[in-house]
Amino acid sequence: MPNSGVEVLFEGSNFERLLGGLLVTIEIAFISIMIGTILGVVMGLLRTVPTRSLRLLLRLYLEAFRIIPILVWLYVVHFSFSPLLHIDISGETTAILVFSLWGAAEIGDIVRGALESMPKHQAESGKALGLSKGQLYRYVLIPQAVRRMLPGAINLATRMVKTTSLVVLIGVIDVVKVGQQIIELGVIKAPNASFWVYGLIFILYFLVCYPLSVLSRKYERRWQS
Amino acid sequence: MSENTEILLEVENLQKFFGDRHVLNGISLQVKRGEVTVILGPSGCGKSTLLRCLNGLEPVQGGTIHYLGQNLTGEHVNWREIRQHIGMVFQNYELFPHMTVIENILLGPLKAQKRDSKEALQQAETLLDRVGLLARKNDYPRQLSGGQKQRIAIVRALCMNPDIILFDEVTASLDPEMVREVLDVILGLANQGMTMLIVTHEMGFARSVGDRIVFMDQGKICEIADPEQFFTEPATERAQQFLNIFEYNKL
Ligand SMILES: Nc1ncnc2c1ncn2[C@@H]1O[C@H](COP(=O)(O)OP(=O)(O)OP(=O)(O)O)[C@@H](O)[C@H]1O
Ligand SMILES: [Mg+2]
Repeated sequence: MPNSGVEVLFEGSNFERLLGGLLVTIEIAFISIMIGTILGVVMGLLRTVPTRSLRLLLRLYLEAFRIIPILVWLYVVHFSFSPLLHIDISGETTAILVFSLWGAAEIGDIVRGALESMPKHQAESGKALGLSKGQLYRYVLIPQAVRRMLPGAINLATRMVKTTSLVVLIGVIDVVKVGQQIIELGVIKAPNASFWVYGLIFILYFLVCYPLSVLSRKYERRWQS
Repeated sequence: MSENTEILLEVENLQKFFGDRHVLNGISLQVKRGEVTVILGPSGCGKSTLLRCLNGLEPVQGGTIHYLGQNLTGEHVNWREIRQHIGMVFQNYELFPHMTVIENILLGPLKAQKRDSKEALQQAETLLDRVGLLARKNDYPRQLSGGQKQRIAIVRALCMNPDIILFDEVTASLDPEMVREVLDVILGLANQGMTMLIVTHEMGFARSVGDRIVFMDQGKICEIADPEQFFTEPATERAQQFLNIFEYNKL
């Protein structure tokens, strides 16, 4: 196969560049998940308080991320807010900001769900043993809530990794962008390049997300019973 | 003698409302040390609510509860401390699913009572052995049958060395063939002189385990009687009707 085009992947530093792009993808997803989790736990706790207006507000916040496409969020922050406020934030920072806020909304919903689904009797059974409120949360409620949350949280992480592919559109050089550059450069020499480049990207996404999906299913099975 | 007449729990004119619904209407009851009190009554009459009031899982709106002379209906009651003396076993076991059997049992003794772990472990193992489940100590609750789970729940309550244990229909969720093994454990405790308040729908068991029967209806105590007396010739018409329904259901 003299002209298959697979060489394009290994020409120069192409392979490293693709991996570098993947790293940007993973970095955005990872940092956003961390920040989103911290904010989300607080938000989830707040969504179980008796104050109706606060609950409604947080609910609207979540819906805002569910209804409005993430791409629009990225555009709004990158092309509208930063010029408007005269602050120069990079595409990558914009991405982390938007993804963190999105993560906070979704994690908040997962935390709320876990807390609300906790049978009231579990708490009573702990109280009946004379546990203090702190001990009740530490030994009985939080460990169970975390187990309930994990599948949903991992699922969200997978969705985030995938959705980071949108950041190309605000000028971030992620794995997809690197791929495009390689294809454009080699378009004359290697017309089949796009097949191999996108094929590799396909596999790279799979390699990142598949373990997460396996993990999530494993926990779901183990803790269902 | 004084041992036998010590009053552990004294309930006087207890009042409990859920919204407008008057669920407990003037309950008065004394529990002496070593006594087994069985509470019977139709569904919804307030049996569970009464037990839950006794260890602070429900606030009350009137009347008093005294435990060894200490008022449990005042302000600032230290329920954490009281619950270590008044244990409770629930209908649905309520074991902690993320902990093994032995971890379930030791949580209260180690964390709430801050006991020495070696001593607590030894007691837990002795108790587990007594209910025939020592071999299952490292299993998770999901690996056990309903009857086994309920025996573990009883051991968990016992390991706190409570003065009183409250049992709320602890066999109601069990398959018939598992009821016996749980009732046997409770009968064993009665023989050892454990003070217990037992809500049950098992009439034969009530008759054999109870030192006396408290019959409730619509939030009131209708009659307190010796078991033989209660089951052969109940004093109130309401109790008579209640027992007739059970006879009928048996046929
Ligand atoms: N949390 C609650 N909120 C409102 N009403 C309640 C609540 N718990 C119990 N009740 C009501 O209080 C009454 C007494 O309930 P309780 O559970 O004590 O009855 P019970 O005698 O234990 O009945 P069963 O034999 O069916 O268990 C019932 O009418 C019930 O509907
Ligand atoms: Mg009940």
